Amino acid sequence: MLLKRKWSVIWIAILLAVFASGCKKKAAPPPPPPPPPKAEAPPPPPAAPDIAEFSAEPSSIERGQSSTLKWSVSNANQITIDNGVGTVQASGSKGVYPNDTTTYTLRATGPGGTLSKTATVNVTAPPPPAAPPPAKAPLSERITALQDAYYDYDKSDVRDDARSALTKDADLLKSVFQDFPDAVVTLEGHCDERGSAEYNLGLGDRRAASAKEFLVQLGVPTDKLKTISYGKERPVCTESNEECWQRNRRAHFSTGQ
Amino acid sequence: MRKTLIFAAITAVLSGVLALLWAQDNSVVIKIIKGQKTVLAAPDLHGSGAAQTYMGAFNDTLFGDLQNSGFFEMAPKGMYPLQVPQRPEDFRQPTRPGTSSGGLWLSDWASPPVSANYLATGYTAEQSGQIVLYGWLYDVGQPNLANAQVLGKRYFGSLDEAGARKTAHEFAADILAHWGGTSLYGTKIYFQSSRTGHKEIWSMDPDGSNQKELTSFKSISIMPAISPDGSKLAFTSFASGNPGIFILSTETGRRLPFYNQRASLNATPDFTPDGKQILYASSASGYAQIYAANLDGSNLRRISSSRAIEVEPKLNPKTGTDIVFVSGRTGPQQIFRMNFDGTGVERLTNGEGEASNPSWNPNGEMIAFSWTRGFATGNFNVFLMDVASRQYSQLTHGEGRNENPSWAPDGRHLVFMSTRNGSHQIYTMLADGSQVHQLTTAGNNDTPVWGK
Repeated sequence: MLLKRKWSVIWIAILLAVFASGCKKKAAPPPPPPPPPKAEAPPPPPAAPDIAEFSAEPSSIERGQSSTLKWSVSNANQITIDNGVGTVQASGSKGVYPNDTTTYTLRATGPGGTLSKTATVNVTAPPPPAAPPPAKAPLSERITALQDAYYDYDKSDVRDDARSALTKDADLLKSVFQDFPDAVVTLEGHCDERGSAEYNLGLGDRRAASAKEFLVQLGVPTDKLKTISYGKERPVCTESNEECWQRNRRAHFSTGQ
Repeated sequence: MRKTLIFAAITAVLSGVLALLWAQDNSVVIKIIKGQKTVLAAPDLHGSGAAQTYMGAFNDTLFGDLQNSGFFEMAPKGMYPLQVPQRPEDFRQPTRPGTSSGGLWLSDWASPPVSANYLATGYTAEQSGQIVLYGWLYDVGQPNLANAQVLGKRYFGSLDEAGARKTAHEFAADILAHWGGTSLYGTKIYFQSSRTGHKEIWSMDPDGSNQKELTSFKSISIMPAISPDGSKLAFTSFASGNPGIFILSTETGRRLPFYNQRASLNATPDFTPDGKQILYASSASGYAQIYAANLDGSNLRRISSSRAIEVEPKLNPKTGTDIVFVSGRTGPQQIFRMNFDGTGVERLTNGEGEASNPSWNPNGEMIAFSWTRGFATGNFNVFLMDVASRQYSQLTHGEGRNENPSWAPDGRHLVFMSTRNGSHQIYTMLADGSQVHQLTTAGNNDTPVWGK
């Protein structure tokens, strides 16, 4: 059955071919003119990206202030700004706080290529704050560092050991008064517990006065040194032995009053 | 043999002279405290009704005032007869002479074991909301009641413990007056105390009651002095920085103006006996020296003139011309005297040890002071000195430090500071060193001064 059908198809094809050849042979009309060659342009190439604007406003700032980047880009499907800004939309703005002068580069990439433009933010350093005072120990620390002058019982004259202590103190005091021109230092005179409280007020007064006299002779300004006697009213220790008594027979420096 | 006898005689005479010299020590005290004391019996009195409640306080006060006066040897209560005559009507003369009335007759008190010279008796009662004391004093050596009665008086007080004490103080004062004594009831002791954490000026009654803080500078306020009329208090204070002189009205508690001259130290003020000037020490010239000024500090003038520490000026209350003061002009601190114009300076103590804290007795003959004579440096004891003769007598004997003696207005008592119980506390004693009473316990208490 299949075979029979195949054969009929062949036969039809032959017939058609006969007919076809028979027509040609008949008076054939001229071929139509070819269509005029249409000057049709080739599809245009994709447009290049365009950066209408990329600016920094203001372009100069002081450190710590901000500048605003503004941009407007077309024909781009990826727009990035470097220096940490990252990918952005086609147009927009963003505040930046560069620490130093920074040139921002906007890179626009589209089917038509890549374009970049820069904007620079000039950063000027603000005027420096007032310089901190040179590092130095507070007054109270420097007064605490001064050595006491020690005295013999019922005496106010400056012993050898007190002379060397006060000589060192004089140098320290002079530098203290250079660094702290307004400072006034108090010399306190103290006594041990044995003499009467009343007499010891007078004795402590002499001890403070003689220590001051000694310092003034070494060039410490007299008006920078006050004296006060505490007699035996403010002992540093209260034991009844020579070690403690000696600790209390002294001229001591303070920033008091 | 004969030579030996002569030698022995000479020795005896010499030692007699020496003994006399030593005895002079005691004569200083005998001048103040009479040797032979009256024996006084003061039995516990009773009260009727509500008055009985306060008789414990009453009897303590009466017996204490009489005993502390130093005029009496108090007959021991345990020796008293069983019955006490409370009023004149209670006396019963024994039917036969020489027999006892069990306490209800004079001779029962005059004879052993009581052996009193005088009997103080009476009773209290509540009357119109007050306590009334009926007080009598009898010379029990007299043969009859009329001659025996020395004192018979009524005393009134509020119906409480304070009122009962008041009547007891007044009764004791009247008894003392019979012997020429002055009651210390109503006088005040001023002193410095650290009990609040700061040295402030305080006052109290002579028995230690009624302790009051007078200053609150929260600084160092020390060494009070009181004006002769008791109206003004002067002291040394660091409240304005350097030690300076402050004056307060004791009536208002307010500060009165005083000009402190420009000096690192103005201190140890005292009033002159007329109450019109202040003597003090100032370092205005370099060393602390003695100055005088008006009560407000004006019209100041320097009195002493030395290159030595001089403090604690005290003007003689009788003469108004002699100043005793403490000076280091001959070495360790000693007591000196000078005239009010600074002339006639003499050392009173002999240069031994250290001497300080002179205080005139009211009649201006004697000073009490503290001295380390015979003791280690700093170990002061209270001494008396007859200023004219320079004879002295030691009242305390090394029981801790004993300092700042100040005479009571009665001229028979002293208040002083002692460390005998460990801390600095205020004590009173009779000027012969007996009858020592501790008045303070809290904190450290120093530099007492006895005022009116």
